[in-house]
Amino acid sequence: MTAKIKEFPGISLSEQDFAEGKILYNFDKLNGIYAWDTGVGIGSYLASLKAGVILGSHCSTCRKIVVPPRTICEWCYRPMDEFVPLKDTGTINTFSLCYVTWDVQRIKEPEIPAVINIDGASPMHGIMHMLGEIDPKDVKIGMRVKAVWKPVEDRQGSINDIFYFKPIKEK
Amino acid sequence: MGMRKVAVVGAGMTKFVRRALETPKELTWEAAHMALGSCEMTMDDIEAVCFGTAPDAFDGVHLNGEYVSDGAGAWRKPYMRSYVGGGTGVFVPIQGWYHVASGLFDVVMVVAEEKMSSFYPHAQAAFLTIFDHTTERPLKPNLLWIFALEMNRYMTTYGISKADIAQVAVQHKRNAADHPCALLGDADITIQDVLNSEVLAWPVQRLDVSPVSDGAVAVILAAEHIAKRITDKPVWIEGVGWHLDTSYWTNRDLAYPRYVEYAARMAYDMAGIKEPRKEINIAEPYDPFDYKALHHLEGLQLADRGKAPELYSDGTAARTGNMPVCPSGGLLGVGNPIAAAGLMKIAELFWQLRGEAGARQVPGQPRRGLAQAWGDLMQVGTVVIMGR
Amino acid sequence: MHERVAIVGVGCTGFRPITPEQSYKEMIYEAAMRAYNDAGVDPRRDVDSFVTVAEDFHEGTSIFDEYTPDQIGGALKSVHTITGDGLHGIATAYMLIRTGQFDIVAVEGHSKASNIKTLPEITAYAQDPILNRPLKLNSHFIAGLEMNRYLFETDSTQEQCAAVVVKNKFNAIKNPFAPYGANLSIEDVLTGPMLSWPLGERETAEHADGAIVMVLASEEKTLSLTDKPIWILGSGWSNDSPGLENRDWAHAVYTEEAARMAYRQAGINNPLEAIDIAEVDDTYAYKELQALEALGICREGEAGILTLEGFTNSDSGLPVNVSGGSLGMGNLLEANGLARALEIVLQLRGEAGTRQIENVNIGLAQSWRGVPTTSGAVLILTN
Repeated sequence: MTAKIKEFPGISLSEQDFAEGKILYNFDKLNGIYAWDTGVGIGSYLASLKAGVILGSHCSTCRKIVVPPRTICEWCYRPMDEFVPLKDTGTINTFSLCYVTWDVQRIKEPEIPAVINIDGASPMHGIMHMLGEIDPKDVKIGMRVKAVWKPVEDRQGSINDIFYFKPIKEK
Repeated sequence: MGMRKVAVVGAGMTKFVRRALETPKELTWEAAHMALGSCEMTMDDIEAVCFGTAPDAFDGVHLNGEYVSDGAGAWRKPYMRSYVGGGTGVFVPIQGWYHVASGLFDVVMVVAEEKMSSFYPHAQAAFLTIFDHTTERPLKPNLLWIFALEMNRYMTTYGISKADIAQVAVQHKRNAADHPCALLGDADITIQDVLNSEVLAWPVQRLDVSPVSDGAVAVILAAEHIAKRITDKPVWIEGVGWHLDTSYWTNRDLAYPRYVEYAARMAYDMAGIKEPRKEINIAEPYDPFDYKALHHLEGLQLADRGKAPELYSDGTAARTGNMPVCPSGGLLGVGNPIAAAGLMKIAELFWQLRGEAGARQVPGQPRRGLAQAWGDLMQVGTVVIMGR
Repeated sequence: MHERVAIVGVGCTGFRPITPEQSYKEMIYEAAMRAYNDAGVDPRRDVDSFVTVAEDFHEGTSIFDEYTPDQIGGALKSVHTITGDGLHGIATAYMLIRTGQFDIVAVEGHSKASNIKTLPEITAYAQDPILNRPLKLNSHFIAGLEMNRYLFETDSTQEQCAAVVVKNKFNAIKNPFAPYGANLSIEDVLTGPMLSWPLGERETAEHADGAIVMVLASEEKTLSLTDKPIWILGSGWSNDSPGLENRDWAHAVYTEEAARMAYRQAGINNPLEAIDIAEVDDTYAYKELQALEALGICREGEAGILTLEGFTNSDSGLPVNVSGGSLGMGNLLEANGLARALEIVLQLRGEAGTRQIENVNIGLAQSWRGVPTTSGAVLILTN
């Protein structure tokens, strides 16, 4: 089929076409405001963050402790047995050095997102957060890190109650 | 086993461009019109329409499926839009498949369209909203993070280098130079070009990525008795599979896409395939980033874990090799209008298996091909196996 | 191909204006768990595929299908999302089982409308961005335009539309799932504030939160799971023109086409005779009248007369919206069709409590996706 067709449809425009006024367009913005009910699972997670604790939940059937906590175990489909406070230290599962922000701005010092396996949870169970107080060149998968918390009075019950995770030296 | 046979009998696509003049309805119409023309059918012959397009946020239209429906020919017809993130391009033909295989319809049009350029300043920013609204979005995550985190895990777990991975970008972009609709075909690109490109989110560099594009693709599916009347070269859908992993992606090992494996097994079972590496002649895995093609080839059981780069370095994956991978040029070469890109792979297999792929034709009369797409938070695998 | 498919399990959380104590995942789990219990299946082991219906902007999350599997038991299983109404979801599950590749499929739909703080603006975002949105009108205007033309062409009256509100809200009082039951008079409805003339505020369904899950099975599995299967006789769906500039304003052509498809499958030539009970869309009161005519249950212009006469009351000729419809249960976003189907299932099983209608064998559920769409579906069920 492609062997027989000479010209495929689709006309390409460039930014220049817009700048020169060749293309008519209109501009619109959505005002989308949502207030998501956090429910029991995530509600407890946020309340614990405010108290300076990373919370997980335990399923005795699957013998797993997971984080973030939920009320039901997605593997055996039963309610979780209890919430479990975890440590605020962990191991880097994977990371990246990002030189572009979410709205496509170039930055000089990279943001360092990471997935951190949290101590106290089952292996390979963690959360996404940022790394800080570390030279980008030194970050390695397997590094040990610890949460740096906001002062108690500034915490709001949000994932941002932790500023970032920083490396720890373990003996 | 009494399953109704379904074939692809026609296909059409638009060019994939960075920003198209055409509106979503017009792009969709162009692809649908071409697909109808390719098998000399009209909308009167079409009994139902299945449509796929990725998040409404790109087009800036809520209920986007309804908005574009007339461009897809769904006026006064049964119409549905399916949606599994990036996996949609290979899912929507599965949706068309179950429409026909159910016995409710004999001829169905399947269309996938994307107009990502409408989003300002850049479509990438729309991806902020795919992360969990409470536990992740406050960190202002970036689409690139998902891929970078996964790529890093994959590379580190198996000891794969950036050069190993860059082979994929090079081969796909060179293949795409032969695709008339390609945005990023480049016959002369080298591994060094890829390794020298700007670092976006280490380990991801600019030429590891397929950038956003606009485009549309359409295929026509027909039940056996109709397919044989329309064309003497129907391409049968022999197997389909799809699996969605848990949304708690930070509780999974990103080094291996097990959801792709399960989707593939579902499709292989249906197609009666016992030894995929011997029985699949062409593979079109989803390659929005170069390492993804490798990651997916392993999930598809077409390479051992951590060993997919060897398919490229030893020539197996070349167009003239034993199992060509992405002879179309894939997303890296042709472009990435999310849903349309997946359906492009289906159209490619359609043309390849009929010997109509022109300069991209895989030699040796290939008989069976596999197309795969992926999406969400490293979660969904969708697989279609086609054969002559 | 498996030709016969039945609904073998249903679960519903009930509907309320707000559900602050549950996240959407927890709410959906409650409905799903009840449905699986009702069907007697373990989703991790027995359910072959899952279908969910959702729209990104109703959730405030893009690629919302990411967040669907865990709470319905679909983690690392075959799950996909349809952007459609619950009846589109059921039609999809119906097709999946008919292919012969899947024996048991679950369908999920929900509403957390209370979490959308700017819902009217989100709904307006579905209007054509170039031709309609710049007019900056609240989307109810589309219903106002349609109602006006409908009344004009069919000689129906505002009083007849008000009778729909009176009937449905009164029915809802007996429905433990419905939050908006009330004992109103026609006068009460007509003297309420105007929304988009001729459409009044009291003729417009308010939103509610909740979730519904249903389990469908092939004939073979059905017979081993339940002794009260509810068989699907016909399933149809259709779209008309999405543009406001070129659509038939008085007639719900999409409902006519969807019904035609479903009737053909069910072998129904005379709907009024064949159908014992119906649940139709009443997002706006006039839609119920328009739907009854589009479904061929009565001729054009008759629906209003029949309603005012009481023909569609629970104790009369053809009970319509015994559940209370959307006016009584709430506008449940994508879950509307599932709520309509739920009532039919309960009635056909004889499990509708004080709402039970006697001697019902064939029921019909119909839904519409709301303004600005012309998309609807029809489902015909039997015991």
